Amino acid sequence: MAEVESRRNFLYIATGAFATVGGGLAAWPLIHQMNPAADVLALASTEVDLLPLAEGQSVTVKWRGKPVFIRHRTAKEIAEAQAANPDDLKDFQPDSERVQRPEWLIMVGVCTHLGCIPLGQKDTDAKGDWNGWFCPCHGSHYDTSGRIRKGPAPENLQIPEYVFLDETTVKIG
Amino acid sequence: MADLHEPEHNKMQLKGALGWVEYRLPWVNLLKNSVGTNYPTPRNLNYWWNFGSLAGLALLIEIVTGVVLNMHYVPTAEGAFASVERIMRDVNFGWLIRYVHANGASVFFAVIYLHMFRSFYYGSYKNPRELVWWLGLIIFFLMIITAFTGYVLPWGQMSFWAATVITNLASAIPVVGTDIVQWLWGDFSVGGSLLGRFNSLHYALPVAIVGVAVIHMWALHEHRSNNPLGIEVKGPQDTLPFHPYFTAKDLVGVGVFLLVLAGLVFYAPNMLGEPDNYIPANPLKTPNHIVPEWYLLPFYAILRAVPDKLGGVIAMGGSIIILFVVPWLDTSKVRSAKFRPIYKQFFWLFVIDTLILGVVGANAPEGNWIIIGQLATFYYFFHFIVILPVVGWIESPKPLPDSISTSVLGNKKSAAEPAE
Repeated sequence: MAEVESRRNFLYIATGAFATVGGGLAAWPLIHQMNPAADVLALASTEVDLLPLAEGQSVTVKWRGKPVFIRHRTAKEIAEAQAANPDDLKDFQPDSERVQRPEWLIMVGVCTHLGCIPLGQKDTDAKGDWNGWFCPCHGSHYDTSGRIRKGPAPENLQIPEYVFLDETTVKIG
Repeated sequence: MADLHEPEHNKMQLKGALGWVEYRLPWVNLLKNSVGTNYPTPRNLNYWWNFGSLAGLALLIEIVTGVVLNMHYVPTAEGAFASVERIMRDVNFGWLIRYVHANGASVFFAVIYLHMFRSFYYGSYKNPRELVWWLGLIIFFLMIITAFTGYVLPWGQMSFWAATVITNLASAIPVVGTDIVQWLWGDFSVGGSLLGRFNSLHYALPVAIVGVAVIHMWALHEHRSNNPLGIEVKGPQDTLPFHPYFTAKDLVGVGVFLLVLAGLVFYAPNMLGEPDNYIPANPLKTPNHIVPEWYLLPFYAILRAVPDKLGGVIAMGGSIIILFVVPWLDTSKVRSAKFRPIYKQFFWLFVIDTLILGVVGANAPEGNWIIIGQLATFYYFFHFIVILPVVGWIESPKPLPDSISTSVLGNKKSAAEPAE
């Protein structure tokens, strides 16, 4: 009798395990179909000509469907960014880690809180308390290095991969 | 009349073709036993008990208009906005159907909120109706997802940025947040692939709502409706048959409901919407002020009250999750606030608090609105976690009436029969 039961238990467990693994394998295609598809992953990079950008001007370019902020920073902005007290930074990063060339700040213009586009690209925009960018959705303030200073955003504005192809051309991505 | 009140268990006999069908599929008896002459209903139900049937009607209106709208809608980033404009201008009666669908969602939420506040006031969620309450909350959650996915479909500025902000909530999850967001998007940003899946979900979830609503009513019919006195039905003298008494009463509510819906559709069809949603979606420009539809404003205010991304998301999720625990947080054995002098006052404070949260959610997060939002959010949780249990312990309820019939009819019929 006990032998029959242990054989039966084994069959229950084996069947259950088989059904669980099989169910998991069958579910994966249904889950994975929602991830970015091959044509979305095969993304081109974006090249930008920086020549027309004078000091103190910004431009927004589209990369992977998102805005990338490129700012030709003024000497004052660079000095402010470099002089920041580490204790004031929620997500500490020195300015030197955020730029390849101090005069060119290149970052993804998407607020790290909930994905709105911060203001600050135009001279007439609100730039927040640190003279950088200000997200109107939930009130995040970014400094002249795109670092979060005040508000709900947890991180600094993201820096995309980019290389300078020559003195005035940058390739993003 | 007396036998009308008597729950009959013998089946209604039908002749002819109807009888032939009834013998095989007893649908007439099902209706008779669930919404007919054989469903005993507390005789003292007031108009606060109309909102269940109205919610069913609102769901029906949304499904019928939605199926029709989907015949003309194009779920692509390039075509969506133009197809909605085509519905408004070119499709025969398209404007009417879309306005009914959009405003119907608003009145649906209004009805559901009144239905929920009814439960809070009369303690309808208490033993033995906890699962009725849970199933209702699941419907409410599915409604929020359905309404949100539907709001995204016109692909205007508010649609686009609502989708961006809300899907980004998932990025607050530690470690895997970004992967989950990209999984939701199917892309590195909000775009056509998100729109396609939202269209699919917006069509599928109402089917789930219908299913859960059936289970909600199944659970309700086991112990039947609560009533304004919150005391048990003790016998046939406490009830009236659902039909014709409460079918007639429900129809009065239907008339008022349709007047309100028609008033919105024909006189103020865009009053509850945002003008920015008539601007096509632009991924490079966020509107200066993003707000959800009015019925989600209190939850939006709770999200923004916490000055931390993950904390805000947890608070907003918690504000709905906590509703599931209410049947146990409320320690009072007395259901109806009519006999709970202290709870009654806190009930109205809670109503006011949710209204304040709504106003805060509609305003930009600046200046005093931040502190008001934080205080109102604190009070929202304080009400459930502290006030509900403590009031239940310290309050001495007023004496409960002997039965529904003595309370309603006075002592004329005081010879109450013993409970079944």
